[in-house]
Amino acid sequence: MVWDWLPTYMPLLINGLWITLTLLILSTVIGMIFAVPLALVQALQSPYLATPARAFCTFIRGTPLLVQLWLLYFGLGSLFPMIPGIRQSFLWPVLREGYFYALLAFIISVAGYEGEIMRGAFLGVPKGELEAAKAFGMSPWKVFRRIWFPRAFRLALPVLAGETALTLKATPLAATVTVLDLFGVSNKIRQDTYRVYEPLLLVLVAYVVLYFFIVWAFHWYEKRIPQKR
Amino acid sequence: MAQPGFPEILSLGDQGYGDELLRGALVTLQISACAYSIGLVIGLAGAMGKLGSNRIVRWILALYTTIVRASPDLIIILLLYYAGTGLLNSMLTARGYTSVHVSGFAAAVAVLAFMYGAYSTEVLRSAIQAIPVGQIEAAKAVGMNPWLRFRRIIVPAMLPLAIPGMGNLWLNVTKDSSLIAVVGYTELLLATRQAAGNTKQYFMFFLCAAFIYLAITLVSNQAFKRIEARFRRGMPKLG
Amino acid sequence: MKSFIRVAAASVFALLVGSAAAQADLKFGVAAEPYPPFSSKDASGKWVGWEIDMMNAVCKQMNEKCELVEVAWDGIIPALTSKQIDVIWSSMSITDERKKTINFTNMYYDTQTVIIGAKDGDKDITPEHLKGKTIGAQVSTIHERYLQKYYGAGSEIKTYQTQDEANNDLAAGRLDYVQADGSALDAFLKTEQGQACCEFKGQVPDDPILGEGVGGGLRKEDTELKAKFDKAISELATSGEIQKITENYPELKPVIVLPTS
Repeated sequence: MVWDWLPTYMPLLINGLWITLTLLILSTVIGMIFAVPLALVQALQSPYLATPARAFCTFIRGTPLLVQLWLLYFGLGSLFPMIPGIRQSFLWPVLREGYFYALLAFIISVAGYEGEIMRGAFLGVPKGELEAAKAFGMSPWKVFRRIWFPRAFRLALPVLAGETALTLKATPLAATVTVLDLFGVSNKIRQDTYRVYEPLLLVLVAYVVLYFFIVWAFHWYEKRIPQKR
Repeated sequence: MAQPGFPEILSLGDQGYGDELLRGALVTLQISACAYSIGLVIGLAGAMGKLGSNRIVRWILALYTTIVRASPDLIIILLLYYAGTGLLNSMLTARGYTSVHVSGFAAAVAVLAFMYGAYSTEVLRSAIQAIPVGQIEAAKAVGMNPWLRFRRIIVPAMLPLAIPGMGNLWLNVTKDSSLIAVVGYTELLLATRQAAGNTKQYFMFFLCAAFIYLAITLVSNQAFKRIEARFRRGMPKLG
Repeated sequence: MKSFIRVAAASVFALLVGSAAAQADLKFGVAAEPYPPFSSKDASGKWVGWEIDMMNAVCKQMNEKCELVEVAWDGIIPALTSKQIDVIWSSMSITDERKKTINFTNMYYDTQTVIIGAKDGDKDITPEHLKGKTIGAQVSTIHERYLQKYYGAGSEIKTYQTQDEANNDLAAGRLDYVQADGSALDAFLKTEQGQACCEFKGQVPDDPILGEGVGGGLRKEDTELKAKFDKAISELATSGEIQKITENYPELKPVIVLPTS
C-alpha cells in the first residue's frame, strides 16, 4: 500500500467530506419538511391529496435512486436547450451544478421514504390521546403541534435513524453527476495516481465512521427524550 | 441523421430500443435472482454460524455483516468488482492454477451476493431467534440430528417470520443491481443510458427505465403477499 | 427449500463453468458507451463503428476467435490487468504514463486533439482567455491530464464517465468547452444536437501528454500477443484493408491518420 499521495489530496478530501455532509444534512432536513405533509394527507385520508401522495411515495420507493438522479440530471439537462432564456435567468448558476441535482434527488427520495414512515407513525399514535386533546378544547393545529407530531416523531425515531444512515450510504451516487463529494475525490485520486485500492479504502473507512456516528447520535437523542411507559 | 419519433423509438426490433430495454430488464432480473439466491444461502449459513457456539466464526460473521451494513453499496461494488477478480486470479496463480476469466455477469452476481449475504444473515438470524426454544428442544429430545432439525423444524418454523424481511431484500436487490451500470455491465440502466446517448432522448428513456423498475417492484410486492399468505397458513392473523 | 438449494447450487455452478469455458476466445474490451463513429450500439443492440470493423479485420487476420466485452471506461485498465479482458480496444491513446502499467500494440489510428465550445464565434482557446470557464473531458483520458496541466490553474475542469455525457452537458450549457479527440468531436458537431449548440474552437498543440496515437492496450506479460497484433495491423495497413474500412466512414477520412505499414 502506498499513501504518499495523502498530503497532496488532503484539502480536496476535507472539501469532499464537507460536501458529503451538507448533502446528507440538507437532504435529511428538507426531505423531512416535505415528508410531514405527504404523510399527513395520507393519514387524514384527504379525498384529493391522499392518492397523489401515495402514488408519489410508491414511485420513489419503487425505483432506484440512481435512475431518479440520472433522470433529473441528464433528463432535465437535455431539455434545457428547448427552454429559451434559461441561461440568462438568475437560477442558471444553480442549474449548472451537479450538486443541485444530487441534492434535489436526495430530498425527493428522503421525502418519499420518510413520508411512508411518518404515515405509519401518525397512524400509530393512540386515538384516545388525540381525542383527549380535542376535549381540552385544543384547535386542530394545536393538537398537531403539541400532541400528534411529537408523539409520531418519537415513534418513528428509530426508523428515521436507519433511514438517515441509508441516505449517507446513498450520497456517493452524487459523484456520478460530476459532484466532487468524498467518493468523487477518491475517484479523482484513483485516476490521478493509478492507485486503485488505497483511496477507495480510505473513504470507505470515513463512511463507516460517519455511519456509526449517525447511529450513535440518534441513539443519544432518543435517550434524551423523556417518556413515560 | 433524422431522429425517429416517440412510438418508433421504443418499438421492438431493429429500429427501436424497446427490445434493448426489455433485454436489459431481463439481465437485471437474472442478476438480481442469482445474487438473491446465493445471498440467501450465505445468509442461512451465516445465521446458523452467528447462532452457533464457535466464537471465532461468530466474530468473523459479526465483522462481515457490520462492514457491509455500514458501507455505501456503490463503494463495495466498485472495490469488489475491480479488486475481487484480481485477488481471485493472484490467489489461483499463487497456488499453481491457471487464472480464469470472470465474466461481467459473474462478477456482478458475486458482488451483490456478497452484500446481500450479509443482509440476509441478519434477517434470517432474527427470524430463527424468534422460534420458540421449546420447539428446537423438543426436536432434540426426539433424537433428530442437527441436519434433520434444521430441515424439519428450523427452516419451516422460521420461514413465515422471515418472509417479510426477505421480500424487502428482494426489492432492494433489484434496485441495487442498477449500481452495476456504474462498473459497465449492461443491465437495464446501462442499456437505457446507451439508448439515451444514441438518441439524445435522455428524459424519456430514463423515465421508461423508472417505470420498468416500478413494475418489477409492484409485481414482486403482489407475489410476496401471496407467498406470505401461503406460509402463514395456520398462524394467527397479523394486526 | 430443497429445490431452492438445488437451483442456487446449479446457478453457482453454471456461473463458474460459464466463465471457465469462455476462456478460449480473445476478449476485446470496449467501453460501454456510445463513442461514434468508432464504437456504439445501434438500435438492434449490435456494436457498430470503425473500431468494431477494425477489430473484426484484425481478428480475421490473426485467425483468432474474438469476443467483444463491454467494460466501464473508468475501469478498463483494471479489467485488463485482472484478466476480464485481453485487449483494450477503445480508442485508447498510447502514452508514457499508461505504458508504466500496460503495453500497447502499434498505433492503429491517430487524430488531432481539439477543443469545442458554445456557438459564439469566440475562437480563442488560450488558458488565459478561458480563465473562470468550465471545461469538460472524459475521466482518465489524455485530455483530462492535458487540461489539468495547462488549464487547471484558472479554469474549472469537470470530468465525465463517458464522452457522451460531456458532450451532452456542453449542449445543455453546463460546460463552456469540451476537449477530446478531433475525430469524435467532429462527429458530435455534425449531429443535430451539436449543430444547434456548438462549434469548433481550435486545435490543441502537440504535447507528450497527448501520446502517439491510438493502440490496443495489452498486459505487459503478453508479448507474444503483441507481436501477433502488430503483425496483423501492419499487414492490414499494407494490404489497404484499413483504408477500405475507412471508405465506409467518409466523415472520418479528413480527421484521422492511418498507419502506413
